[in-house]
Amino acid sequence: MTPAEMVPVPYTWVLALSAVLFAIGAVGVLLRRNGIAIFLSLEIMLNSANLAFAAFAYRFAAGHATAAAALDGQIFVFFIIAVAAAEAAVGLALFIVLHRLKDSIDVDRANILRW
Amino acid sequence: MLGSLWLIPILCLAGAVVNLLLGAVKAPKPVVTIIGVGSVGAATLAAYGALWEYLHQPYTEIIERYFTWISAGEISVNASFQLDPLSAVMLAFVTVVGFLIHVYSVGYMQEESEAGYARYFAYLNLFMFAMLLLVLGSNLPVLFVGWEGVGLCSYLLIGYYYEKQWCAAAGSKAFIVNRIGDLGFLLAIFATFAVFGSVEFSEIFTAAAGHPEQYAGAATVIALLLFVGAIGKSAQIPLYVWLPDAMAGPTPVSALIHAATMVTAGVYIVARCNVFFRLSPTAMVVVAVVGGVTAIFAATIALVQNDIKKVLAYSTVSQLGYMFLAAGVGAFTIAIFHVVTHSFFKACLFLGSGSVIHANSGEQDLTRMGGLRRFMPTTYWTFLVATLAIAGIPIFAGFFSKDEILARAFAAGATDLNGFGDVYRVLWYLAVGGALLTAFYMFRAVYMTFHGAFRGGEEAEHHLHESPRSMTVPLIILGVLSIVGGFIGFPGQLFHKTGWNLIEDFLHPVILPLGEAHGVAAATEHTVHGVSFGTEWLLVGISVAVAVVGWLIARRFYVGEGAFALPRKLADRLPLIHKLLFNKYWIDEIYSALIIRPVHRLAIFLWRIIDELIIDTLFINGAAFTVELTGDVLRFIQTGNVRNYALAVAAAVLALAAILW
Repeated sequence: MTPAEMVPVPYTWVLALSAVLFAIGAVGVLLRRNGIAIFLSLEIMLNSANLAFAAFAYRFAAGHATAAAALDGQIFVFFIIAVAAAEAAVGLALFIVLHRLKDSIDVDRANILRW
Repeated sequence: MLGSLWLIPILCLAGAVVNLLLGAVKAPKPVVTIIGVGSVGAATLAAYGALWEYLHQPYTEIIERYFTWISAGEISVNASFQLDPLSAVMLAFVTVVGFLIHVYSVGYMQEESEAGYARYFAYLNLFMFAMLLLVLGSNLPVLFVGWEGVGLCSYLLIGYYYEKQWCAAAGSKAFIVNRIGDLGFLLAIFATFAVFGSVEFSEIFTAAAGHPEQYAGAATVIALLLFVGAIGKSAQIPLYVWLPDAMAGPTPVSALIHAATMVTAGVYIVARCNVFFRLSPTAMVVVAVVGGVTAIFAATIALVQNDIKKVLAYSTVSQLGYMFLAAGVGAFTIAIFHVVTHSFFKACLFLGSGSVIHANSGEQDLTRMGGLRRFMPTTYWTFLVATLAIAGIPIFAGFFSKDEILARAFAAGATDLNGFGDVYRVLWYLAVGGALLTAFYMFRAVYMTFHGAFRGGEEAEHHLHESPRSMTVPLIILGVLSIVGGFIGFPGQLFHKTGWNLIEDFLHPVILPLGEAHGVAAATEHTVHGVSFGTEWLLVGISVAVAVVGWLIARRFYVGEGAFALPRKLADRLPLIHKLLFNKYWIDEIYSALIIRPVHRLAIFLWRIIDELIIDTLFINGAAFTVELTGDVLRFIQTGNVRNYALAVAAAVLALAAILW
């Protein structure tokens, strides 16, 4: 294929992928009982958001003269990665404690905080 | 004493406080007597010291400011006293009559317990304090404190025998009825401040008198509101009903508060604010009509009452009506003159009736008296003198004041005062009729009490005795005042003399001249010259004639052969009228049906339905119950399962997205 025939991927496709990933993640969070699996699903949701940011950065860069404007969305991605890392540290620590208490990381068994 | 007017009421207040403490420790009666009577005696001396100095200095108005009492925004009220001719006259007779009645009370209340005796004198001293505050206050708020204070003391003393349910009820009745009037008074104070930006007498009257046209409208409102207060305090139609019931209190209280001093406060305030009234022909005619109608209305009730104190009570209502009639025809000085003479003879009458009741083992029913002349000559003679005075027999005090009121009422009709000549003419007829009735019912009381044979049974006859010295001496003094008291207002104009009518000349500065060329002012100022010399003498003749006729009818009815037969026959002949009068026109029953019971029912409705059901049950308990119930249901949402929460969050986000789409 010649370069002339290389058509750029439309950003809507990327957004669609992001939406699909987000939905997979959300369903995973809602349906899985294993804490680690929920956690992984959560990471999928976060990364779908990253993808959406990147897609929008790509889309809006076309209309802007400066590179800085195009970088807004990409910078957000780094923030999210940093927050997700911190969150992972806290989350894993929680599951370790939960495992010590219940001998399991099944979140349905951690249900004593209720009426 | 001028310069420390505050000392006069404070002495009485000190007496009240000390007596309350003495009552708490059940101090012996002589100690209470010394404090109670001594404090008022000292206040009387202080008052006369001040009056003496007042008469010997050039100013007509002395104002003493002590401190700023209220200061908020534009309002600034001083605690200050004022001595001007009107306060001076009031001060002069309030202290003397008050002192005499304190002395009289020593004998009358001797049978009370130590605590009760001290309580009585504490209240009586407190009353003197409040009354002096009322008389001396130099602005409306200070006057109002006294006004409420005398009302409070009236309530406390009417309910002095509070163990008796009907006495306590009478006290409450007096207090509640007075509150209706007080509301008008309070509104008048607000209106005065709103219009003039001040409540000081010296400022508001000067302002109003200086610009009659500008303030005529406001004056009507203020005058009528003040008059509502006066109606309540001075027991005029339609708020007079409390005064006859107020006789439940000890008799000296009836004499002091419900005849001589407190009930004349309404007349005082009308005379004090005469500028407002004179600016408003409407207010004047309202005052005159209420006064004139009350005068004859109360007199007709007094005709057939058998309770000696009730007769005197209705007589007081009637006489107060005459005072308002005088004020309503512009004769404010005459109204105050009648206040003074009335305080002498009515205090004397009440104290005389107290002496009779005291001797007669508490009996107040005229039909169970008779022939007491033999047993208590001093009481008889003083009572007779006071009766001659109230009936308007010449040279006695009441003659001068009442005759002058009738003459001025006639003149108001003859000169077509403010264009209400017809109204004033009718009022004159009513007033003359009232004078006839007054002479009749008072001599009826005298004859039924002191003449004929004793009708109370042998048992009671043995106990009859003249009252102790402490009671007879005040009676004699008041009796003498009832004879000579009228000469302070000697009608010199009948003899082409000026300067003989001391009280009118003295009070003249209080009647501020209104701005130039104002119709109202001109008419009121000159009514006294509105009738010819011959007519004045004719009027004197008429008023003497009706008094004598009333006397003779009473004599025919209740003395000698066939006594009581004629009135009984008359009652049988006119059963309807007799029943109407005997039952006091069923006014109490009508008020009860029209006002008290509906209000009572409304109160029960508000209590049971609005308060208990709607507010308490529905709103307060209902709100708590709803919250509790909702919580009970909603707490099951808290499953403790983290995935449920996540589902809720996800669903909420979806819902929000759907809404915001």
